[in-house]
Amino acid sequence: MKQTLLSLRGVSKVFGDRTVLDALDLDIDDGEFITLLGPSGCGKTTLLRLMAGFEQADGGQILLAGKDISHAPPEHRPLNTVFQHYALFPHMTVFDNVAYGLKMEKRPQQEIRERVEEALAMVQLGDYARRKPHQLSGGQQQRVAIARAVVKRPRLLLLDEPLSALDFKLRRTMQVELKRLQRELGITFVFVTHDQEEALSMSDRVVVLKEGVIQQLGTPREIYERPANLFTARFVGETNLFPGRLERVTDTSITVDVFGVHRTLRKPDFPVLEGQDVNVLLRPEDIRVLEPDADHGLPGKVVERNYKGSTLDSVIHLNDGTEVLASEFFDEDDPTFDYRLGEPVRVSWVDGWEWLLPSEPHDSASERLIDA
Amino acid sequence: MHRVLQQPFKTAVLLLVWGWLLLLVLTPNLLVVGASLMTRDAGSFLALPLNLDSYRRLLDPLYLEVFLHSLYMAGVTTVFCLLIGYPFAWALSRIGKQRQTLLIFLLIVPFWTNSLVRTYALKLLLATNGLINNALMGLGLIDEPLQLLYTEGAVIIGLVYLLLPFMILPLYSVFEDLRRELLMASHDLGAGKLATFMHVIVPLTLPGVLAGVMLVLLPAMGLFFVADILGGSRNLLVGNVIKNQFLDARDWPFGAAASILLTVAMAVLLFAHRLSRRRLGDEEPAT
Amino acid sequence: MKHWLPRAYLTTVYALLYLPILVLVVFSFNSSRTGYRWGGLSLQWYESLFSNHAMVQAMWNSLWLALAAATVSTIIGALTALALHRYRFRGKRVLRGMLFVVMMSPEIVLAISLLALFLLVGLQLGFVSLLLAHVTFCLPFVVITVMARLSGFDESLPEAARDLGASDFTMTRTVLIPVIMPALLAGWLLGFTLSLDDVVVSTFVSGPSYEILPLRIYSMVRVGLKPEVNALGTLLLVFSLTMLILSQWILTRSKR
Repeated sequence: MKQTLLSLRGVSKVFGDRTVLDALDLDIDDGEFITLLGPSGCGKTTLLRLMAGFEQADGGQILLAGKDISHAPPEHRPLNTVFQHYALFPHMTVFDNVAYGLKMEKRPQQEIRERVEEALAMVQLGDYARRKPHQLSGGQQQRVAIARAVVKRPRLLLLDEPLSALDFKLRRTMQVELKRLQRELGITFVFVTHDQEEALSMSDRVVVLKEGVIQQLGTPREIYERPANLFTARFVGETNLFPGRLERVTDTSITVDVFGVHRTLRKPDFPVLEGQDVNVLLRPEDIRVLEPDADHGLPGKVVERNYKGSTLDSVIHLNDGTEVLASEFFDEDDPTFDYRLGEPVRVSWVDGWEWLLPSEPHDSASERLIDA
Repeated sequence: MHRVLQQPFKTAVLLLVWGWLLLLVLTPNLLVVGASLMTRDAGSFLALPLNLDSYRRLLDPLYLEVFLHSLYMAGVTTVFCLLIGYPFAWALSRIGKQRQTLLIFLLIVPFWTNSLVRTYALKLLLATNGLINNALMGLGLIDEPLQLLYTEGAVIIGLVYLLLPFMILPLYSVFEDLRRELLMASHDLGAGKLATFMHVIVPLTLPGVLAGVMLVLLPAMGLFFVADILGGSRNLLVGNVIKNQFLDARDWPFGAAASILLTVAMAVLLFAHRLSRRRLGDEEPAT
Repeated sequence: MKHWLPRAYLTTVYALLYLPILVLVVFSFNSSRTGYRWGGLSLQWYESLFSNHAMVQAMWNSLWLALAAATVSTIIGALTALALHRYRFRGKRVLRGMLFVVMMSPEIVLAISLLALFLLVGLQLGFVSLLLAHVTFCLPFVVITVMARLSGFDESLPEAARDLGASDFTMTRTVLIPVIMPALLAGWLLGFTLSLDDVVVSTFVSGPSYEILPLRIYSMVRVGLKPEVNALGTLLLVFSLTMLILSQWILTRSKR
């Protein structure tokens, strides 16, 4: 039985004349790894700061295990933060940094020593207790910041883009490390990032935010395979969007006209009418590239090919100019599998792998948001 | 080819600056050390034999009293500058960038203005029939003018007035470098306002405090004209003693010894400052 | 958090810092001889200032000294800064440390050490001794001003210039000098003002042959009140303010 640990009820935050968060509701379960994902300026960091108590909400309530903490100062909230740039105290040793929170709780010396050593051992920095932060590498500083936050055994750990300052390889290592820590400690993690890959690979649930409004809340799989709207579809992963028109609707299926090709698909969850415009959404890996003389599919030609190691990613221009991204796994039986630029092909997809979304009023290419 | 062209230039520049510093900084200071060890002589200022008499005379009750009084006034000046300057620098670092530039400018204007003239301006306020006494009598708060000028208080006011910017500027620079995130981290870990101040803000601004103390305390012992103009004959600074020994009493060994006292004080403060910066991981002094 | 409190505090301190200066300026236009009471608007103290030959002579002397001291210290200081920035050499840390110590030492320590030197080598106290002393205390300020500018600029610029075929000399002339120009001007103005205002060092190393303004003022303000000082102070204030605004303008304009 899942229990709600932290609940936000109608939380709003305004800076000057800019509404950063607009009556936002969110329930965070005890023990989960939840990620706030969105482009910069979407309000994810503000949301985190409201939870930590660094900002006061202009409206709404924040409840921790049923207790209203909306107006409690940060030092009285049983949750801790791992800051983006670590915020280690430069004048203290690693040991003193980690011990700081326990000293504030006025714990006995003996207990402080044991718990700090335990926390440092957990992040594999047992031998670095006497060092100063500036004598550590970025990754090590990151670990100290984590140890310093978890040593207080908070109910909830807030992580504000903690991996953004690390290089690619180290980031990967730390992602695995954080997951391990979260499992071992059983602490609820609220993780902020603008990196959708990071969000998908680490989280139990992902909250997609845009301009202070939750676009979608779901498991990484739901977010990726069944995006709630075009924003989520475009922000999370690469996407092909084909405009389609509904031709026939039955109880279980619909027929859609996509670029003059008629396909019968499963009926979507949203209400549909004949003649309505819809978007047919296909991830690059759902695309099948066929021989030009195949009996179905949309005709086009290959304009770009990128060798990615395990996949071959290609860009195909359909005859009307629409760009299609395709990502295919190498076929082990066909080592020569490749395309020439300009090679004519046909593009299709496996039935049932598509996802339908209603067309949105202000749907333009300029809205397309790439990692900010 | 370029190396060859570059070398004579480099050599010339280094010769020039090293020559200047050796001739006009190192040699003169060694001369002062030498002078402090010699004996007073009416004709040529200095004579052998070498001895420590001058240093012994620094402990003479007559001079010791002057030195301690000077140190006391300099100390009080420094404390006032710190008490005024610390919250000032803090407040300054927290207002909008645009306004900060203007306020910093206003702070260094006095630094560019003649300090004698500014000391004299204080006299206009503090004199027996000066503005402050006139205002107080006009308000009926006092019947007799207060003796403000030629007091210890007047010297301290003058020193604080002249030296306050030198306390504020280094403090402002450490407050500017103080990352807001560190204060948030401290609160996040359960520290209240007072604990954060004691454990985070104070240690992190300590280099600024020490730099400020150095920039205030030493001149506060040396600025003889402030004591001359505002203090009368009883409120002397170490600077007055040194000046009198060199220019009037012609007792160079003693004046030199008094000056070395100041140099030693500076060395101690410089060392403390360096130490405090090293604790924070800074290696180089702020040249 | 109360927002007005820090502002009120800043305002109060600024008011106290500027009150004496304001009083001085106002009283410089006071016709009353006693100096403490307002007797009506008058320019008589300015007149009496300029009719005093010794005073005018001291002004000229100070001006020439400041010009010379600022120029010499800017040249040596800029070369030193360039050497510190570009070259590796033994004793670099010692050199930096020495400049730092000169900047931090109490003026009076510098003053007596120079006096000792000048008397030892038999140098007549006057323009030359003043110039040597003033250049010495201005030097570190010029060096840090220029160093600050050099450290703030892109390391790869000189390399890019060399890569594009400029010789070391051409690179220095076409890239480095323009880059440090604002700092040179600012350093020069700072040196000029420091020299013009110096009392402590000048008291020791000047002789009767070359009287300069600060010492003249000093002898005037030691006892009693001289209304001419109000006028002179106001002029100096306007002068310094102009120099400071000029220097700030040069530095900020060049940042764009």
